[in-house]
This record gives sequence, structure tokens and C-alpha cells, in this order.
Amino acid sequence: MDQPLPTDHPGSVKPTRRLTALRRRLPPYLLSLPAGLWLLLLFIVPLLIMVSITLKTCSPASGACVMTWNWGDLPHVVNLYRPQFITSLIFAAIATIIDLVISFPIAYWIAFYGGRKKNFFLIMLLVPFFVSFIIRTLVWEFILSNNGIVLTFLKHNHLAPSNFHILGTGLAVIAGLAYNYLPFTALPLYVALERIDRRVLNAAYDLYANRRVAFMRVILPLTVPGIFAAFLLTFIPAFGDYVNQEILGGTSNTMIGTVIQNLFLIDSDYAGGASLSVVLLIISLLGIWLYARLLGSRTIEEYL
Amino acid sequence: MSALPTTDTSSAAVTEQRRPRHLGRFLLPTYSWLVIAYLVFPIVVMIIYSFNRVISGLQLVSFAWNGFTFQWYRQWSNIPGLTSAFWLTLRLAIVSTLIATVLGTLLAIALVRYRPPKFRGKGAIEQILFLNIAAPEIVMGASLLGLFVTFNVARGFLTLVLAHVMFSIAYVTVTVRARLAGFDLSLEEASYDLGANPFSTFRLVTLPLIMPGVLAGALMAFALSIDDFVTSNFVSGSSVPFPVWVYGASRVGTPPQVFVFGTVIFTVGIVFAILSLGLSRKKN
Repeated sequence: MDQPLPTDHPGSVKPTRRLTALRRRLPPYLLSLPAGLWLLLLFIVPLLIMVSITLKTCSPASGACVMTWNWGDLPHVVNLYRPQFITSLIFAAIATIIDLVISFPIAYWIAFYGGRKKNFFLIMLLVPFFVSFIIRTLVWEFILSNNGIVLTFLKHNHLAPSNFHILGTGLAVIAGLAYNYLPFTALPLYVALERIDRRVLNAAYDLYANRRVAFMRVILPLTVPGIFAAFLLTFIPAFGDYVNQEILGGTSNTMIGTVIQNLFLIDSDYAGGASLSVVLLIISLLGIWLYARLLGSRTIEEYL
Repeated sequence: MSALPTTDTSSAAVTEQRRPRHLGRFLLPTYSWLVIAYLVFPIVVMIIYSFNRVISGLQLVSFAWNGFTFQWYRQWSNIPGLTSAFWLTLRLAIVSTLIATVLGTLLAIALVRYRPPKFRGKGAIEQILFLNIAAPEIVMGASLLGLFVTFNVARGFLTLVLAHVMFSIAYVTVTVRARLAGFDLSLEEASYDLGANPFSTFRLVTLPLIMPGVLAGALMAFALSIDDFVTSNFVSGSSVPFPVWVYGASRVGTPPQVFVFGTVIFTVGIVFAILSLGLSRKKN
């Protein structure tokens, strides 16, 4: 965040010179102050408050809370909601892998063969965002329902048994997650592929690499940071998602996001909800830390 | 064929290899168009079903196709809760876009121009931006609710604006910064040499040049705000934005007007995106 300006000017410096020096140093801080303050007060501080709620111990009799640095609650809630954590982990992981597999070829195609239509194709990748997230998911409920388009077609052609259903199962939730988060995977992959220096690729061909070798030993290694960024940007939001589960999954296969939402908004159990949110936050931070550790923190924001 | 290819034939062979013809010309495009069709498919379904007749007593969207009608477009404002939620969302999006675009653009300029010796804490700001984008929305929504409850802030339009600006800034900054990267600083120096002060240099030189980036960032912030459900659901209180209303209604039954609003928002969004695309192409 913004650092206080050093005040090491010797007293002999004339006021005007001090002012010019100050004026020269201030701009980056002045420019970033409003946004920085907003993010500090409404993003960082709330997260810290949530962590502090988790670490406090409240007496059930008086309701008074004291900071006890009690980290013991976290393993406890993880244990308590283990099935929901495991469901979230599995659903988000499968959806993310599906998205990586689906979007790699199209990102590759746009980056290498998009030509002048690149921007058009990028907008096509973003097209789902022009429809509200909730409506998108509702339409999938519609499409996957028992008398919806997909199942009617499958059953009519005897490709699925007549009692087959998708809605209310994990399959529907994974399908919804994969659809809703696909652009979050495709765009970082595109950025990574687009950034590959074509001269490096040509050098590989000049050195008699065939296409497969060039792909495996030049393109893929250069895309690894992008793949990791895409993984994070898809997996973390999908892990905390509850809308897909609530609309498409019915009452089965509860994900951890549903639990958090219910604790906060239905049960008003802020302490319980906060502990679970802190666990989610720690998982996100671990992912970002791992990225910075393995691939260097400098590159991480390049894929946004 | 000689054992060792001469320079000529080898370069010809390489050029032959360089462009994977069947992949680039047939397989990949076909595949890519299929993916695009998959992305567009639910939107087409939404648009089609916004024209679907309802034959049962309750005016709710039905899965069966009952025939074409303009009824829901004519009666778009028949559901008071939905209409007021839509206007609220529009007002909210405009206010939060304006604030987030200004703040995000200023931050982007700072991040592009200045490096650590002159700008300490740059790395920290970048990490916070990434965390802001990558963090699960539910964590941000829940922690904001905790903040408002702790400080006894009544939830409503104000808390919605605070929240929406918070999650839009990072996207605006990243979008504007991407466009700023190739900015030619000598243009500003020329402006100073011609006697302009920093303010008029910014207004007359810098701003017009970065305008496409700023517009793209604003579009992003607007789209994020209109779309947001998770955070809004936590901080909305008595002011119910469009997605929160739709979610609540859908648990009982979705009125067809929801798809009408969805179709209209989609059309307007696409038109704006294409316009901004055309604008940036002209500028280039």
C-alpha cells in the first residue's frame, strides 16, 4: 500500500526546492491513493475482520468475544463440513480440467490463426458474459430438465434410458460450472499463446523440429504459466460457487459455498460462516502463493 | 534425394512444415466454431423462449414450446418487483462504473508509469489486485457483510455501490493498463515543451490517447455490475438488484419477462461491444 513519504530532507533545503522534490515524488502515490484506499477499506479490512472473528473466542453466556488467536476452529470446521469440501473440490477440479481441455485448442487457434478477426473471436468467447450469470444458469436448468431440449433429443433417439435425468445430479452442476467459467480459462490461455515469440517457434522449425516436437518443447512449456493462471482463475471461483449447485444440483451434493451462504444469510451464524470463508481464502492464497513460488510473482498479473 | 538436403530444399521442406495446413484450415476452425456454438447455445434458447406463449394459468416460463408471441415484450413492465429491480441495477451500474473507471484508470496510470524506487508498494498493490480478481466472490461478499454488520451500516443502495466499485476497480485497472502499455511518453514531453501544464497535458494529450482503454474498462465494470449476484445478495438488504430478484423468483417460478430483460440486456451489450470494437479498430 501507500508508503509515507520519506522526510529525510536536511533542514537547510529551501522550502521551494523541498516542494518541487515533494511534487516530483507524490504523483504515483496520489494517483493510486483513491483506488488503494477503496480496496484497503472495502476489500482488505473486511477480510481481516473476518479472520479476526474466526480467531476470537466468544463466551456463550455473555456473547462477549475476546481475541484468543484460536486457529483451532479452522481444522474443526473443515472436519465438520468435510463432505461439502470434498464435493466442491471434485466438482471444481473436474469443471476446470474440462475447461482447460475445451479452451486450449480454441485459444491456440485464435492466437495463431485469428488474423484480423482476433478481436471478433475474443468477443465470441466473452459472449456468455452479456447475459446475466443467474439467467445463464436458469437457462441451463431449462435445457437440462427432464423435458428439456437435451434429454428429449437423447431419449427420442434412444441414446439414453427413459428414466435418465441430469438435473439434480452432480453432472448438471459440473456442466453449469464448466459453462459459466469457460471464459476465465480461455482468456489467460489466449494471452499466454499470443505472447509466444514467433521467432522462437521459427527457430525450432529451422532446427528441424517437426510440428509435434515444436508444440511439446516450445509452445507448451511457454504456455505453462498461462495454464496455471487459467487454472487458478477458474478453479478458485468454481470452488466457492454455490449458484450452480443451488439451481442445477437441487438438494443433493451440497457445495461449501451453499453452506457459507446459508450460515450467513439464513442462520445468521457469522462466526461459523466466517471460519469457512477463511478456509476458502486460505485455499485461494495458497494457490496464488504456489504460483508466485513456482513461476515468479512478476508474471502473475499479466494474465488478467 | 541426397542424404544431406541442400539449403534450398531444406528451407522449402520447413516452410511446408511450418503451416500445419489441415489443422489450421479445417480441424481447428471447425472445433472452434463448435465451442462458440456451445457458448452461444443457451443465449439462443433464452431469446427463443422469450417469445414463447404460456398456456397454463400461471404466467411462468414453461419448457414446452407453445407458439410464438410478442406478449412478454408488450407486457415487459407488468411485474412491478422485476421492473424496479431492473432500474435499480441500471442506476447502480452507472454510478459504480463512473467511480470505478476514474479510480481504476488513475491507478493504472500510476502502475504503468512508476517503478519501485519511485513507487514503493507497487508490488503489493499488484498482488492485491490479483487476489481481488481471483478470490471467490462468496468470500468477498461474506466479509463485506461482516464489515457492514460490525460497523452497523444499513444495507441498501450505498452498500451496493461500495461493493460494486470494490470488485470493479481491479478489472478496470488491468484493462486500462493493458492498453497503456504501448503509450508513447514522448508525446507528453512534447506537450510540456510546448508549455502545457500537467493538467492540460492530461486532458488534451494523455486522455484522448488512452480513451479506448478507458472505455473498454468502463464497459467491463458496467458488465460486472449488471451481472453480479453473489456479492449483491450479501449486501443488498432492502434494495433488490435484478439478478437477486431473478434468483429469488426462480425458486418459485420464472416469469417470462425475465427472459425479455435478459434478451434486451444481451442485445444492448453486444451492440456496445461491437461499437467499441469498431472504434478501437478505427483508432488503430
